[in-house]
Formats: sequence, C-alpha cells, structure tokens
Amino acid sequence: MIATDTERELEFQAKIDRGEVIEPKDWMPERYRKQLIRMMSQHAHSEVVGMLPEGNWITRAPSLARKAILLAKVQDEGGHGLYIYSAAETLGIDRGEMIDQLHTGKAKYSSIFNYPTLNWADIGAIGWLVDGAAIVNQTALAKCSYGPYSRAMIRICKEENFHHKQGYQMLAYMMRGTKEQQEMAQDAMNRFWWPALMMFGPSDTDSPNSAELMRWKVKLHSNDDLRQRFIDRTVPQAEAIGLKIPDPKMKFNETTRHYEHGEIDWQEFKNVVSGNGPCNRERLRARVKADTDGKWVRDAAEAYAKKHMN
Amino acid sequence: MNTTTEKNSALFEYLLRLGDTSLILGHRLAEWCGHAPILEEDIALTNISLDHIGQARLLLDYAGKIEGKGRSEDALAYHRDARQFRNLLMAEQPNGDFGNTMVRQFLISVYNFHLYSALSKSADAELAAIAAKSVKEVAYHVRHSSDWLIRLGDGTTESHERVQQSINDLWIYVDDFFNGDEVDVLLMSQNIVPDLNAIRPLWNETVQLTMVKAGLQIPQVNSAMRTGSRKGNHTEYLGYILAEMQFLPRAYPDAEWL
Repeated sequence: MIATDTERELEFQAKIDRGEVIEPKDWMPERYRKQLIRMMSQHAHSEVVGMLPEGNWITRAPSLARKAILLAKVQDEGGHGLYIYSAAETLGIDRGEMIDQLHTGKAKYSSIFNYPTLNWADIGAIGWLVDGAAIVNQTALAKCSYGPYSRAMIRICKEENFHHKQGYQMLAYMMRGTKEQQEMAQDAMNRFWWPALMMFGPSDTDSPNSAELMRWKVKLHSNDDLRQRFIDRTVPQAEAIGLKIPDPKMKFNETTRHYEHGEIDWQEFKNVVSGNGPCNRERLRARVKADTDGKWVRDAAEAYAKKHMN
Repeated sequence: MNTTTEKNSALFEYLLRLGDTSLILGHRLAEWCGHAPILEEDIALTNISLDHIGQARLLLDYAGKIEGKGRSEDALAYHRDARQFRNLLMAEQPNGDFGNTMVRQFLISVYNFHLYSALSKSADAELAAIAAKSVKEVAYHVRHSSDWLIRLGDGTTESHERVQQSINDLWIYVDDFFNGDEVDVLLMSQNIVPDLNAIRPLWNETVQLTMVKAGLQIPQVNSAMRTGSRKGNHTEYLGYILAEMQFLPRAYPDAEWL
C-alpha cells in the first residue's frame, strides 16, 4: 500500500514528537527540507562572511600571540562554514548553488557581519558578544530534529566556546589597561551590544517561521527566550570587567530574576537585513570578487582533474 | 669581542633572518583571509599563515634571549624599522593572484624544508628543536604549494601562462636565498648552521622536479638578481607591511595587549 503525503506527514510529525532524529534518507515534507536548507545555508554563509570583519584585523593584531589566536579563530570559522555546507548538502543542494544564492542576494547571512570592525577591541567584542550569542543559538540547535545539523552544532559549539572565552579575556585585559584601551573596549561594546541582541531575530510575534519550525523541533525555544538567556548571562560578565551596557533601561528584576532591557530598534534591523546596513555592499562585493577572481583557479583544478582521471 | 659574544651576535642575526621571513610571509598570507578562490583555500592559507606566525614567535623569542637585552618576540616584531628586518626579499613581495602566492610559497617552502632539515641537526639544541618542529609544518607547505603549481601549470592555457609569468617575475629574488655572509661562516664553523652552498643543489633538485611535473620552465635570468636581505636592504614593499603591522603598539606605546 502506498502511503499518501498526508499519512507520511502524520508519521513524520509523530516521529518528531517521539523525539526521534531525522536523517538524510528519511522521508521529510518538502517544506521541512526547504526550511532547513534556508537556515543551514544562511548559517554557513554567516561563518564565511564573518571571516571578513575579523580578517580585517589579522595584519594589525597588536601582539604575535593575539595574531596567532585570531588566525586560529578565523580558520575555525572557515571550517565551520565548510562543515555546515556539507551538512546542508545532505538535503540535496550543492555548495555552488548555495553560494550563488548568497551572491545574488537570494540567501541571507547574519546581519551582525554588516557592521564594521573599527578598532582592535571590536575583535574582542565579536568573540565575546557575537560568538556568545551564537553559542546560545547553537546550543539550542544542537538538539534540533535534523541529525546532520544537530551533530554539526555539537562540534561547532566546542570551538565557539574557545572563541567566546578569548574575546572576553581580551576585553578584560584591555579594561585593566590604559585609558585609551578602556575607551576602545567601551566603544566596541556600545557599537556591538544592540546588533548582538538583534542576532536572535525579531520578537516572536513578528517571526514568520517560528510556529512551523517549533512544531518540527528545528527550533526549540523562541527568539525572545534565547535573547533573554544571552542577556542574563552577559550583563554580569560586562559588569565584572567594568563595561557599561549601552541601555539606560537595563535593570535586574528581582521578582522574575531576569534583566529587563530597553526597546530594540527593529527598524535598524530591517534596514540591515534588507541590504542597507553599514557594510552590506562591501561584504557582498568582497565575496563576489573572491569568487570571480578565483574562477581561473577553479577552472584549472577542474581541467587538471579531468586530464588525470585515470 | 670574545668568541661567545661573537657567536651570540651572529646567532641573533641568523635567528632574525629565519624569524622575520616567517613573520613577513605569514603577514602576506593573512591578507588573503576571506578572499581565496575557494573556501578550502581560505582555510589552508590561514592555516599556513598561522604556522609561519608560530615559527616566527619561537625564533624571535629565542633571538631576544640570545641577544640578552630583554627584548621579547613582540619588541622585535613591533619595534624595529625596515632596515633592521632580515626577512628574505621574496617573502615581502605582494600576493598578486592566487598562482603568484603559490609560486612564492613553493619557492620559499622548498628552501625552508631543506634548511630546517639541516638545522634540525644543529649543534645549538634550541635551534635544532625549533627546526625539527617547523620542518613538519614546512613539509605540508611544500606539498600544498607544489600540488597547486602542478594543477595550475598543467590546468588550462590561462592558468599555465599566469603561473609561468609569476615564476618569471619572482625568480630574481632566488639568489637572495643563498647569499650567505660572515654570519653563516662563523656559525658554520661551530656546526650551528649548514652551508647554504650545500642547500642550493637540494633546492634546485626539488624545484626542478615539480617544474617538470607542472610543465613549467625555470627562467633564464639575464638581469642581475636582487639580493640584500641580510643587510636589511629591502624592496619598497616592506615599509608598508610594517606600517600596518606595527600601527597599534606604536600608536599606544604605553599599552599592553596580552
């Protein structure tokens, strides 16, 4: 007897409700596949585009130890990109197609990387705040229903924890340094705090994909819940090293045991997501240029492989 | 000058030559970050860059100790001007296209491979240990860059022409590799470093082997080769590298960065 799509979907949902993991060869609704491709490719693109703002400071790192740490970190990000692209390929799309979608603007990447890195402390802020926010997101994704994505997240989170730690350590050290260093660190905090909060996406009332993704256990927590988790974890860390949160409304609620924050500027978020952030044009142009300039290299590798197939 | 002082001053100089070459080449490779032809190469180039920075740290740290004036790896990297740098001229040449970067890497890595192999038997235990650690990394650099030379040389007409042009352009900096001086002579006499004249045929042989596989020609250089790195006579490129690299410690001399 051939199962109808409705029967299959019911069985699929039942599997998810039982907490089973979906593997590449299992049947899945087309929407599930599409949503995962969207999320995973966006995630992989973010890792790769994220190499640009950090790469921007490797040649100017102020000590050789810091230069080595940053190189190792950026190399990790490239590795994460590669790993997530491969995981996404299990859904029946190849890397080239995903990259084309990035270059034509059809696929997005995390809006945080459309902000510039203007001073050295920004490298600390990216590790501490941006990777810190990513860890909260990815720890949740590590329990998602799609096996290859979940396994990728477990592995990636381990490295992100190192990135988070080195960023915080760097800012902590700068906060104990000269007045100029403290100002750099606070300046980085002021510029990256709000964009880091925006990384969790719009409030759940405005998040178009949330309900469906939660039913499929692709998402296990709401955007607001994850954002709150990040804030609760990060504010005391900032206070411990003397950094001020650039939000006059930030206060601890003794009853809920959570921090309450001011209004997020969602108009800014929409602007950046729709391509009008401070560096959208530069980031995309850099990626497209790397691809165009490198075409002759890829062509040569392909021609060589063909000639020497046997 | 007594003999220990002479030896230490020569060894300091020699360590700068090795350390600065690693540092400057590592800097150039880092410029590729996020701009490589494919993601695998973004990862490989940052990886090789990191190897070079790691080698530079060991070598400069040891140089500072040998000098005995309390200079750290960072003091040496960030607070010397171009005329005090001793890196090979080849290392500071601009990246150019990906093929050009691979040619530069290949020529230097083959040199490093044979040099570090010999240095791993140095009478100076510390230098021998650094060389033995580095040569493992360098073996990978040789493999990676020669694989690309072969693919590009034997790929398309365009790739063949591009990579041959890079070889022709970069070849004038080859003599600089082997242009030893009184520092080499003194250290050779104590079995601390090898004779560069003995490294050259090894280098020639390895390079020749890959060139043949790649279908590429070793250029006939009629014009004079460029040398001078051992006396700090660089090309104009180095000053800009240092301006970028040293900016923060120079702009904020009181700051420490960890």
